[in-house]
Amino acid sequence: MTVTVSMTLNGKKVSAQVEERTLLVSLLRDHLRHTGTHVGCDTSQCGACVVHVNNRSVKSCTMLASQADGADVLTIEGLAKNGELHPMQEAFRDNHGLQCGFCTPGMVMSALDLVANNPDPSEREVREWLEGNLCRCTGYHNIVKSILAGAKAMRKGG
Amino acid sequence: MSDTGIGAAVRRKEDFRFLTGNGRYLDDINLPGQCYAYFVRSPHAHATFSISTGKAEKAPGVIAVFTGADIAKAGLGGLICGWVITGKNGEPHKAPLHPLLAVDTVRYVGDPVAVVIAESHAQAKDAAEKVEVDYEPKPSVISPTAALEKSAPQVHGDAPGNLCYDWEIGDKAATDAAFKKAHHVTKLELVNNRLIPNAIEPRSAIGDYNSGTDEITLYTTSQNPHVARLVISAFVQLTPEHKLRVVAPDIGGGFGSKIFIYSEETVSAWAARELKRPVKWTAERSESFMTDAHGRDHVSQAELALDKNGKFLGMRVSTVANLGAYLSTFATCVPTYLYATLMQGQYTTEAIYCEVKAVFTHTTPVDALRGAGRPEATYVVERLVEQAARDMKMDAAELRRINFIPSDAFPYQTQVALQYDSGNYAGSMDQALKLIDYKGFAKRKQQSKAEGKLRGIGFSAYIEACGIAPSAVVGSLGAGVGLYESAEIRFNPTGNVTVFTGSHSHGQGHETTFAQLVSDKLGVPFDNIDVVHGDTARIPFAMGTYGSRSLAVGGSAIAKAIDKIVAKGRKIAAHTLEAAEEDIEFKDGNFTVKGTDRKMDIASVAFAAYVPHNYPSEELEPGLDESAFYDPANFTFPAGTHVCEVEVDPDTGVVDIVKWVAADDFGNLVNPMIVEGQVHGGVAHGVGQALLEGCQYEPESGQLLTGSFMDYGMPRADLFPAIEVATQVTPCPHNPLGVKGCGEAGAIAAPAALINAITDAIGTSNITMPATPEKVWRALNAAG
Repeated sequence: MTVTVSMTLNGKKVSAQVEERTLLVSLLRDHLRHTGTHVGCDTSQCGACVVHVNNRSVKSCTMLASQADGADVLTIEGLAKNGELHPMQEAFRDNHGLQCGFCTPGMVMSALDLVANNPDPSEREVREWLEGNLCRCTGYHNIVKSILAGAKAMRKGG
Repeated sequence: MSDTGIGAAVRRKEDFRFLTGNGRYLDDINLPGQCYAYFVRSPHAHATFSISTGKAEKAPGVIAVFTGADIAKAGLGGLICGWVITGKNGEPHKAPLHPLLAVDTVRYVGDPVAVVIAESHAQAKDAAEKVEVDYEPKPSVISPTAALEKSAPQVHGDAPGNLCYDWEIGDKAATDAAFKKAHHVTKLELVNNRLIPNAIEPRSAIGDYNSGTDEITLYTTSQNPHVARLVISAFVQLTPEHKLRVVAPDIGGGFGSKIFIYSEETVSAWAARELKRPVKWTAERSESFMTDAHGRDHVSQAELALDKNGKFLGMRVSTVANLGAYLSTFATCVPTYLYATLMQGQYTTEAIYCEVKAVFTHTTPVDALRGAGRPEATYVVERLVEQAARDMKMDAAELRRINFIPSDAFPYQTQVALQYDSGNYAGSMDQALKLIDYKGFAKRKQQSKAEGKLRGIGFSAYIEACGIAPSAVVGSLGAGVGLYESAEIRFNPTGNVTVFTGSHSHGQGHETTFAQLVSDKLGVPFDNIDVVHGDTARIPFAMGTYGSRSLAVGGSAIAKAIDKIVAKGRKIAAHTLEAAEEDIEFKDGNFTVKGTDRKMDIASVAFAAYVPHNYPSEELEPGLDESAFYDPANFTFPAGTHVCEVEVDPDTGVVDIVKWVAADDFGNLVNPMIVEGQVHGGVAHGVGQALLEGCQYEPESGQLLTGSFMDYGMPRADLFPAIEVATQVTPCPHNPLGVKGCGEAGAIAAPAALINAITDAIGTSNITMPATPEKVWRALNAAG
């Protein structure tokens, strides 16, 4: 059985026919060729697959594609505008907040949800917020620094 | 220093693509006509089996099902271990067959018995459930010490007693004599807990066969694609080397686990040729837990002999190392030449003896993991030294200081084969003590006490042997390969540069660091330099990235190629500028006739080389493209001191790391921002080992209990305080860049520092890793 899923992805209307059991991450990666969202585990722990669905961060490996029917979905590919990085992306680059880059899209998307709800988080709040995002490379030190810097830049910008 | 040259904290070239979702990791690649592989794995630690694939073959979408018998029929060999260890008895280690797919017997939970290939991943996975495997379970053995017992179940018929080798290093008689005259002997039983690597990107592969040229391309998550090609060609005998291309694109972390040549990637390449279609396999995380080579897993009896002043007279260590069910690619060298050769630590210990029994068990193969042998060695040395200080009622920093190899004693011949080239151990210790405010510790301890917390401090003065390694030396020790590295610098006619390196970046930032080197030394703008790695069709040859060797060995190869470019450029400039070659100076990208203002920039030289209208064609070939291989003269020896402070909550046993300082000596730094990041990541790995991570098998059944991120404690952001990093520089004297390597230091230093701090806080002599709240609470209450 297949279902048709339609959504707004990074501001564009898209639609695909998928098996009912298809996960949102698989729709994004395999059907819509948005491979910036990654899969790092099968138990919803690592957070490499975090995207925004209707302005909330979700683990796209833990949601059926059909549950996102009609939704507004934002992925890492939708952040930079005209070749200019989003301030949070820029903060990650400027603070060496990534090494292999595999967890990075999820980290950035998760960080943006934090900042949307808490524009001026403390270091402790950032560390606790990242409970659902694993990184094996950075020891989190520079990720935390990046998010604090990104939040600051967004406060100034907004 | 320019803002993009050596020593500058240049922002990374690779980050834009990673931050915008444009990285090209393996699972992002899809080829036309691709089908999907799913492996059927043993649910038993040890069993004999028979298999029937008929039902699976008829399942929807299934293209083929292959078993070990099919692999054998195709004439493929097994996976090999590339380092021969010669035991005490003068015999090489036992190397039982490691088939790509198990035949008749499975030896660990996860051992692959069949592969199902179907039109979609879901169909392959569905059909895998229809493969009928009739298992007859057998008794299994999990613990390395239990494996040595007489009654232990045997893993391989051709490795009696489960013994792979019994090996030794050092002077036993001299060490025994040192212990006889000791004033004090400190003894510890030390368990180095088994770790699961868990790079966040799971392993993945696509095999692609070109029936027109009979070439196979294997896209794979590899830290060393040329080594993969060599093993798959020469040993598995899939196809000759020139008919196999191995590509490792952006890789999401490796930490050692992607060095090795595994079944799944190899079978995907073979199946692609069998089916004449691209075959893709991507591990699910549970497969990563079961099949990525694990790390550590040592049990050691360790002793340190001291005289009455605290001078180290001798060290004696007896280790049992678990190698798992089969030998992984470099498994044998990890608990020997990467481990026991570091027992000298930073100290002048007069006599050292270490023996290692390496055993087979019914567990996942064990191989190199970030640090590989050196974390285990540092854990032995630094736990012993700290405990000796407590036994002798001496200050732990002072005891280390009086035993440090003095900074004027280099080169220093150790008791365990290595010759240290340079270092200033007291310098790093001073730096660390200052950063941690050691003098203020007693006061901080009092403050913690007033708040109901137990505060402890722990040191780890680590050393590592990196930049592996001189080919002649490793060859004499049993390595099957040389350990040089290659580089090629190719100027394009328009003056921009492509650098081809045999080192592989899977997070280390080579595209930036190596471009800095070239920009600094050739005066080419940083943005005009691209670094290419990870493709056997584009790189001359390569040994790859592990053992913190990329800059020290791969970077040195680039430095050699740079010298060749300058030498040729000088000839071209001399011809064009009508001057003698010896009168040409090269500086900041310009070839200048000495004492004149006549000059030619390197881009113009490149253009002249590719458009050789006015060119010394009789004596010089056109083009500006130079290759170099660099074989190091020695290992490099990064070293330093890490100190941490913890607060333990006596009611819960929870350990809170309140302060971490890292004072490291990596020789010269090319990009200090990247170096700091490497230290942070390494420390996190080591803290994970000490506090959270521990692979657990159910001892009776051999089931992997820690088989997911829900069961295996991965370090998360809230575990750490900010980490303070400081460096001092004693340049490496034998490579052209004076660099030593920084990728593993944190993982090597951290476990001992943290366990030393915890045992200091709770007043026990020992606690096994991971020091979970339960263990700490129990130790506290037993001690209390």
